[in-house]
Amino acid sequence: MASDMQGAMEVVAPGLATTVQDLGRPGYYHLGIPLSGAMDRLALVAANLLVGNDAGAAGLEAVFMGPELTFHTDTVVAVCGAELPPMVDGTPVPTWESFAVKAGQTLSFDYLRKGARAYIAVAGGIDVPVVLGSRSTYALGGLGGHQGRALIAGDRLGVGAAGAARPGRSVPEALRRGPWEAGADSPVALRMLPGLYWHRITEASGTRFFGDTWKVAPEADRIGYRFRGGQPLEFVPREQPFGAGSDPSNIVDACYPYGSIQVPGGTEPIVLHRDAVSGGGYMMVGTVVAADMDLIGQLQPHTPVRFVETDMKGALDARHHRAALIEQIRTQLA
Amino acid sequence: MRYSYGGDEHIFVEVDESMSLEAFFKALFITNAVRDKAIDGVTEICPANASFQIKFDPDRISPEDMMAELKALEAAAATAPSEIRTRIIEMPVFYQDPWTHETLMRFRDRHQDPNAIDLEYAARINGKASVQEFIDAHSGAPWFVSMVGFVAGLPFLYQMVDRPRQLEVPKYLRPRTDTPRLTVGYGGCFTAVYSVRGAGGYQMFGITPMPIYDPRSEYDYISDDTMCLFRPGDIVKFRAIDRATYDATVAEVEAGRFTPKMAEVTFSLDEFNADIDAYNRKLEGVLHGQ
Repeated sequence: MASDMQGAMEVVAPGLATTVQDLGRPGYYHLGIPLSGAMDRLALVAANLLVGNDAGAAGLEAVFMGPELTFHTDTVVAVCGAELPPMVDGTPVPTWESFAVKAGQTLSFDYLRKGARAYIAVAGGIDVPVVLGSRSTYALGGLGGHQGRALIAGDRLGVGAAGAARPGRSVPEALRRGPWEAGADSPVALRMLPGLYWHRITEASGTRFFGDTWKVAPEADRIGYRFRGGQPLEFVPREQPFGAGSDPSNIVDACYPYGSIQVPGGTEPIVLHRDAVSGGGYMMVGTVVAADMDLIGQLQPHTPVRFVETDMKGALDARHHRAALIEQIRTQLA
Repeated sequence: MRYSYGGDEHIFVEVDESMSLEAFFKALFITNAVRDKAIDGVTEICPANASFQIKFDPDRISPEDMMAELKALEAAAATAPSEIRTRIIEMPVFYQDPWTHETLMRFRDRHQDPNAIDLEYAARINGKASVQEFIDAHSGAPWFVSMVGFVAGLPFLYQMVDRPRQLEVPKYLRPRTDTPRLTVGYGGCFTAVYSVRGAGGYQMFGITPMPIYDPRSEYDYISDDTMCLFRPGDIVKFRAIDRATYDATVAEVEAGRFTPKMAEVTFSLDEFNADIDAYNRKLEGVLHGQ
């Protein structure tokens, strides 16, 4: 009871935009409430499995910079995803591996080495109220998570009942997935299925879209990732339909799939992510396959990227490959 | 209708390139049918203005089977009666309010006509003699909620009048970085009510005292099951109010005593098309308990 009043942990410093996330809130997209949840779901699942949680327990998502957390209870923690080196009372501990934290100790982080988002799982899971079926934070709508927002200094968080957690368990190196696999200089490949309003651009423009190397723009967040550096799209001429708006990139406002690539004004593609705006009036040229969404969540600004054309078979193969990887992690940690 | 896969988890269907009540109605009808059929593997059913989108889990239903299900429902929709059971809701609007005015004055450099306010510009390009005449048109005939989204609970509304009477305005040249919460805005042929404060590109006409999104469960008239007042297919009637009524309504909302005027209604597209103005008067009668 004392631990409930006080919370299992206290936020000493929040990091840049640290939020509570689980695997999301399906079923409300028709009302403009997006899925939310971890940008890199594989990393959250791995961190949860390391500390004996259900795969979908709520953890903390830290972007670019880690928080500083003081624990009021003995527990087991794991950090997966970005290489954001954790420290317990200043002593480095490994990522992708569970470690013990004692009551009174403080978890902090060194500077980001690679990737963008680290997932911090605590045995028992972060215990915030379930809102519309999920603990995930949807900050734009002030919904879910801890008071509908990113953490701030002084916040206290509770955790649920821990399962069989023990320190020293790790995810083998070969199963740690991230965009860094591409190597420092080669562009990260994002597989995409052309479609939606792809027919609105010329064939030559479509070829250039796949041929160009794009770079992640600074405007990259949980709603969407913007890309720069490729050539502007060339549209097939048409008289704009009633209700669409005058720009050739305008459409009658429609739904946006998760992972869809809209190109306002034909210049800078935006890939919508877990906190997607659910619809709007810009044409989309296609959709990044679901299996590659995790990778986008680990891209830093200025990272070079190429969109690689695939078909439904390619998308489903990628999906099965990712599911098999998660299954391997599960087996390793069983 | 045009079908497209949106990656491996979505099917996107464009009913028509252009906006029309017929296209919206078809999208609503098919998405209702998808919901009623309770197809295993369907995770999100999203009607939009002249299109719709289904999200599915390809581990439970293959993309080809999902596509076949939707195409079968299109055939059924062609012969179905164009009738829905829905709600009509009154929304009070304080047009030309001081808060959207203050905001629009800050962003004049992003507007087509920096020397006029948004309502003056909209009235002029729609051939209205005055702002009042424009407001009368906007608040005269009811509107369909043709889509809910962009952000949580934000309704897009399409006016229930024939094409020649549709009001049309462009969006700002460059989007604003700020829009007051509950702004009544306009872009293309759609009214939008901003459920939360934030960026926006729609022309700003006024503000409503009536919250439409309730993430902290503060308002009894918004269901805790969705936290959003509007759903696609709702009919909305705007009522122009003055400052005194606005202030009084805000006080009612804050005291937890406010409930919007609302009634259940059956809407028939065929009867509507037969005599639009008479049908809209009948709908308004239902709203006022006649």
